[in-house]
Parts: sequence; structure tokens; C-alpha cells
Amino acid sequence: MNRIWIHLIAAAILASSAPAWAVNPDEVLSDPLLELRAREISKGLRCLVCQNQSIDDSDADLAKDLRVLVRERLVAGDSDSTVLEYVVSRYGDFVLLKPPFKGATLVLWLGPLVFVGFGLFAMISFMRRRRTADGFIAPADSKAASRPSSSHAPLTADEQRRIKELLRDDHA
Amino acid sequence: MQSRFLYILPVLVFLVMAIYFAVGLTKDPKILPSALIDKPVPEFSLPAIEGGYGKGFTSEDLKKGKVSVLNVFASWCIPCRAEHPFITRLAEMKIAPVYGLNYKDKAAEALRWLKELGDPYFAIGADTKGRVGIDWGVYGVPETFIIDGRGKIRYKHVGPLNQEALDEKILPVIRKLSK
Repeated sequence: MNRIWIHLIAAAILASSAPAWAVNPDEVLSDPLLELRAREISKGLRCLVCQNQSIDDSDADLAKDLRVLVRERLVAGDSDSTVLEYVVSRYGDFVLLKPPFKGATLVLWLGPLVFVGFGLFAMISFMRRRRTADGFIAPADSKAASRPSSSHAPLTADEQRRIKELLRDDHA
Repeated sequence: MQSRFLYILPVLVFLVMAIYFAVGLTKDPKILPSALIDKPVPEFSLPAIEGGYGKGFTSEDLKKGKVSVLNVFASWCIPCRAEHPFITRLAEMKIAPVYGLNYKDKAAEALRWLKELGDPYFAIGADTKGRVGIDWGVYGVPETFIIDGRGKIRYKHVGPLNQEALDEKILPVIRKLSK
């Protein structure tokens, strides 16, 4: 029962992914589950002749050979990761459209995070500096921050009168 | 002083990245580093071109204690035609046997090609399905590999050989490995 459902779902997914037709009909495996895995693997493998297409999308000869190879390995019982290792061992990491996370690619993966972190740090320190400059909060001293700072001396009677005048004008 | 440094920092970061990318732009993205450098040659056994002569060769032939060259070629490959005189020149120097891997070729056309241009190869193996080519990480023809005496791949040249590549890359590597 369960198996039938899996097959149906796989068939539905396959049917909905029809537009990429680099895969020739004669390459398609009869087992829809294996074919689905083959398609997923193929989508992650770079066609080295055209470079910015996956082998699933490419009409190049080598892409076809690799698609057939991926399917052969799957039929022989290899797991997805074994198949990928097989191809990577021959063509290097470049064959993977998504670069793996490892020492040599740390900058690639973590670089953007470092930049965002740096930006946030710069933004926060800029804003804090501006607030202190305006005199609302003195930095790094919570006692000082809770007291009104010296630049905010109470208004004189004269100033109070002018404010009242200004407000009255506004509402007139 | 510290705040001035903070203002200059983004400019410095930009400069470093600009230099990095500028260097990257001068490199040819079509030339990939081989994943097989310093790895043993893949196991294979290739027959001779059908209807031809010789008896092909196997991975064992590349492990006989002598530096050897493996050249991937095909009659349908136009740059191979341009490369042929230099492969011939390399073979005639007799400093290393040059094996030919005839990649995904039709036997009759391969034989006609060799008859027309001459056969510089020590031995030729026919990889009609291209499967051995995949094991070697071949992604474009012509490609040339240099294998040391213990059967390890030590150098790979992608694209047609010319005099410059021969003088500056191939020959020095062969001489170094032959010592």
C-alpha cells in the first residue's frame, strides 16, 4: 500500500518536472524512484563543457554520458552520496554546482556573514556615538545614563514663556 | 585616529577584493585543475582501434618505471588537428612514450585521420564509449597527461599543445620526472 503511494507521488513529481528535456527518453529508468534520484543528482552536477548548466539541462555529449553513468551507478545499488563521490573523485569539486562546505571554501560560505556582522557592528557603533553626541545617554556608564546629563539644564523662566507663546501661536 | 581607520577600512577591503577579482578575471575559466594530479592512473584496458593495428594498452603499461605521456584525441576534434604536429615532435624526441587515447571516435574515421596525418603514438587505445575518458576526468579534447614511472598522474594540459606549451610546460615536467 505504502509503496503504491510512493510510486504515485514520485510519478506526480516526475510529471510536473517535465519541461527540462535534455534527458532523452531512452535514458530514463523504468523505476520512477531511481529516476527521480537520478534527476536530483543530475541537477547538482555541472556540465563541464558548458559550465553554467547542470548535466540535467545540457545537451552536450559529456553531459549525456554522465547522466547515463549516474543512472548506471544507481541501478547498481549505489547511494546518492557514493555516486556524487564517484564523479567528484574524477572531476573535482568544481563539478558540483553547490560548492561543499570545507576549509578551502570557508571564505565563500562565511564571507557574507562576516560582512553583515561588520556592517551591523559599524551601524550600531555609529548610532550609539550619535546618541551620545546628542547628549541623551552617556556610554558605558549606566548611572550616568539614568541621570539627566549636564547639557539638559532646566529651562529658565524666560525660555518657558517663549515656548508657551510659540505653542499658542501654533494652535491659533 | 581610530575613527579614521574605521573610515578607511571599507576602502581597504574593497581594494583587496578588487585585486583578487582582477586576478581572477585574467584566468581562463575553461581550464580546470585536474582532481587526479598526484593520483594513480585509473584502471583501464583499451583495445586497439577496430580494424587497425597494434593491440591497445592498459593502465599497467603506464606503470613500468618510465615517464609516459597520454594524449586524448579524436578525428572529430578540430584543435587536435592543430596539435598533431607538436605531438609528433614530442614523440620524435623519444624522451617518453606517447600513448594515444582515441576518445569517442568512429574506427574508420580515426584510422583515416591517422593515415592522413601520420601516427606518432607509441600505442593507441580506442575508448569508443568515452567511459575511460570519464575515469581520467576528460571534459574536452584534446587533453594531455604526464604520468610518472610509478603510474601517478603528475601533470595535465587542457587544450591543444603548441610549441610554447611544449617548451615551457610539457618538456620541463618530463625532464624533471625522468631524473
